[in-house]
Amino acid sequence: MPCAAKVVHGITIFSIMKKSSLLSRLLSVTTTLFGISIFVFLVLRVIPGDTITSSLGIETGALNQEQIESLRKYYGIDQPIIGQYFSWISSFIQGDFGFSYSTGTPVLQLTKSALLVTMELALLGTVLGVFLGISVGMFSARKPGSFRDFLGQFFGLLALAIPGFVLSTTIVTVMANKFQYFPNGNEYMSPVEDLWMNLQQMLFPSLVLGIAVAAPVMRTTRSALLETIDKDFVRTAIGKGVTAKAVRLNHVLRNSLIPIVTMTGIQFGYLLGGAVIVEKIFALPGMGRQILDAINKREYATVQSSIMVFAILFVTINLITDLIYRRIDPRIK
Amino acid sequence: MKREKNWVNYYLQSTSGIVGAVLVLIMITLSLISAFGLAPHDPLEQNPMDALQGPNGTYWFGTDQFGRDIFSRSIDGMRRSLSVALLSVGLATLFGVTLGVVGGYLGRWIDNIVVRTSDVIFAFPAILLALAIVNSLGNSWIDTSVAIAIVYTPIFIRVARGPVLSVKEMDYIKSARVLGYSSPRILGRHIMPNVFAPIVVQVALSLSWAILTESGLSFLGLGTQPPDASLGLMVSEAQALAAFAWWSLAFPSIFITIVVIGLNLVGDGLRDALDPARRSTS
Amino acid sequence: MRDLLSLQGLSIQTSSDKRSLTADVNISLVEGEALGIVGESGSGKTLTALSILGLLPRGVEVVSGEINFNGENLLSLEPERLREIRGKEISMVYQDPMTALNPVMTVGNQLLEVLDYHNHEVKNPESHVRESLIEVGIPDPERALKSYPHEFSGGMRQRAVIAMSLLLSPKLLIADEPTTALDVTIQRQILSLVSKQRSRRQMSMLWITHDLGVVANLVDRVAVMYAGRIVEVGTTKQIFNSPQHPYTQGLLASLPVASSRSRNRLASIPGVPPKPWLVGQSCSFADRCQFVQIRCRESLPLLDARGSKSVACFYPIASST
Repeated sequence: MPCAAKVVHGITIFSIMKKSSLLSRLLSVTTTLFGISIFVFLVLRVIPGDTITSSLGIETGALNQEQIESLRKYYGIDQPIIGQYFSWISSFIQGDFGFSYSTGTPVLQLTKSALLVTMELALLGTVLGVFLGISVGMFSARKPGSFRDFLGQFFGLLALAIPGFVLSTTIVTVMANKFQYFPNGNEYMSPVEDLWMNLQQMLFPSLVLGIAVAAPVMRTTRSALLETIDKDFVRTAIGKGVTAKAVRLNHVLRNSLIPIVTMTGIQFGYLLGGAVIVEKIFALPGMGRQILDAINKREYATVQSSIMVFAILFVTINLITDLIYRRIDPRIK
Repeated sequence: MKREKNWVNYYLQSTSGIVGAVLVLIMITLSLISAFGLAPHDPLEQNPMDALQGPNGTYWFGTDQFGRDIFSRSIDGMRRSLSVALLSVGLATLFGVTLGVVGGYLGRWIDNIVVRTSDVIFAFPAILLALAIVNSLGNSWIDTSVAIAIVYTPIFIRVARGPVLSVKEMDYIKSARVLGYSSPRILGRHIMPNVFAPIVVQVALSLSWAILTESGLSFLGLGTQPPDASLGLMVSEAQALAAFAWWSLAFPSIFITIVVIGLNLVGDGLRDALDPARRSTS
Repeated sequence: MRDLLSLQGLSIQTSSDKRSLTADVNISLVEGEALGIVGESGSGKTLTALSILGLLPRGVEVVSGEINFNGENLLSLEPERLREIRGKEISMVYQDPMTALNPVMTVGNQLLEVLDYHNHEVKNPESHVRESLIEVGIPDPERALKSYPHEFSGGMRQRAVIAMSLLLSPKLLIADEPTTALDVTIQRQILSLVSKQRSRRQMSMLWITHDLGVVANLVDRVAVMYAGRIVEVGTTKQIFNSPQHPYTQGLLASLPVASSRSRNRLASIPGVPPKPWLVGQSCSFADRCQFVQIRCRESLPLLDARGSKSVACFYPIASST
């Protein structure tokens, strides 16, 4: 998971946002989203148009006339490429995400349930990862250059370097075979259906994602803490008799939160993508798996809409992170 | 140049930097061994009689379900991963730095377009975008490289653009222009050296991510196709085998981890060695 | 009268390569007295001040000497006892007001913190804090309490820091160049504010500065530091009227004099101060001294007490009285 990329990215988005008012930011975000839609459109249009029509034709039996028409409109078939784009984007905005003929359901419906799964996974993974990352970061920063610092950083490096799919496969192998414990082998249960089973099914995948998140969060925490400790106001706090523990929490940590929150927001967005692999291995019916399946079944409508949804989510999360950021730091108004 | 000699020395002072470089060199050597066909066994050769053997004298990393030597397949897979990583990062650096420097230097609407475009690409999680692109383009290692290159170009644009923007406004550049120095000369002499350091660091880091992305794609079945060897693919195949043939999972995984750790350590070492702020006084 | 604060043989070094930053510093202060420590940057005056409350930065440490406060050696105290003393019996005000306060905490909360972490008999902390802000000249204390540091100017922030340091009426206030980073007009305000507070509370004060002019009307005694050592100590009057160390004389001579007829160039001492750790067994001022003799380069002059006056020089300038 490219963490420095995310830092650069996050800082850039953040600095753009810092300078403008809410309105101009929303405008900027909307233009970006349109740009994204064009990009998504183009990427998937590299496929020759008749492949789409031919696959439409093959599966027509699964759809009724109304659905086929809507799909035609969604793809903008028989129109020049610009017409195709507008046809698609207008369908999309109105909530028509196309049809999945393998299931006979509108993609919008599929997306709704899949999105919930991915969001739950991403949320749990982020919470775990942030908790782990901040703890290890604080542990490391207490004595920089010491053995415990080295240990902390080493774990951070491992968390970064071991691919998610390796960790997942190892967990599955050990748990399923050695311990006969594999809740993900059962049918997926949503939290409302069976909370306990749901949590068990979310346990390992969110652990894997959490570890991936923990690495950059740990780095950020550690460097933020070390930088803050040397600041003058920490000296002032010590000099006026504040206890060591209170200095660590109220002065050092509170001022380190800002880059940590920024990083967390960025991570959450990227988790949505990283979920792809984990969802596949742990058989979670989330957006990632939806996209993968759709790619394999050549259901381009689903792929296109799903990717668009992801992008929208990602941009929204960045916006929210920025808003949270402003609440934490009173210097930014 | 005296300056270059300095940063190499600094780099050599960092233990982790050296460790990283050693790890990477080991992996490169192994890949070359495979590239020149000097692997102990043919990565594709199946020996059904020897299937699922643990590590031994003949098969150092053991064999898989088709009796293929996992060591030879691992180094072949490493060769593939490194090739994809090098090509994709090479392309991303080429396009990213060019666009970033051009945009940053010329400014105004050109810069705007460059930034907007890279924002759009940035809006996607890397794997997803690579997925989509590979889906459209194809599975070959060149297609995969192009897909990853597209995904990583924006970061190179950003990294290159930053120093250009900050140096551009400095007085000595302005006076150079007033004196009539041509743009290419200003660029080459004054601006590019400032871009060099962050880009070099970014290259090392991006290589490590490219390897993770490529192996992730192969794992999902969207990269290298069987029977070719790819580290991600081998892990995917090991899912069914690992319970009773741990070596099928362990060794490819360790290879990926080692090369990624190595590249990260190299990147960190380079960053510390090239950063003028590294000189600590008291 | 017993000394309130007494530094004896205080030597400070860098932890890693053992470079000497201050050597053998002896300073003492009785109750109610104000002592100014004057020296250029690099002379070790700030480090000396920071070492009293144990606030030396990472990588710098005290290697020998004692810091006695009210009978206790601050260097060998239990951490908890030292913490009690900080902010309550000894307080400090720092050089840069812009960075001295926590940016994400309200000014009010930061002041209340002092009261939270000490035993005290203040009946109503909030109104005590409010009054302290009024005392230092911050208008609209209600609003100030709820404000964040970045909403204040440098001068205001420094006032807040001063208020914070005086909340529990410490016996000793250490001020490390608190006006250096401020405008000249604000400087005077802050100086008079501190002066007033000091006389009102009968507080002892240690005032660090590089500007001799500042201490003229502020302190009772002056200690001059050069390259990590004290080179002269005396009453303000003695130092100004009859300086004995050539460096002190040079400092005085370089003070700008406001005179309508003065067309002279600003005098300065040629050369730069040596790094404290590079000076061997010789007088650190030898290279710049106009009265230098052979002996000055061969052995180290020690602070030699003559009554209340002492000077570290082999050939001190004779007083003209």
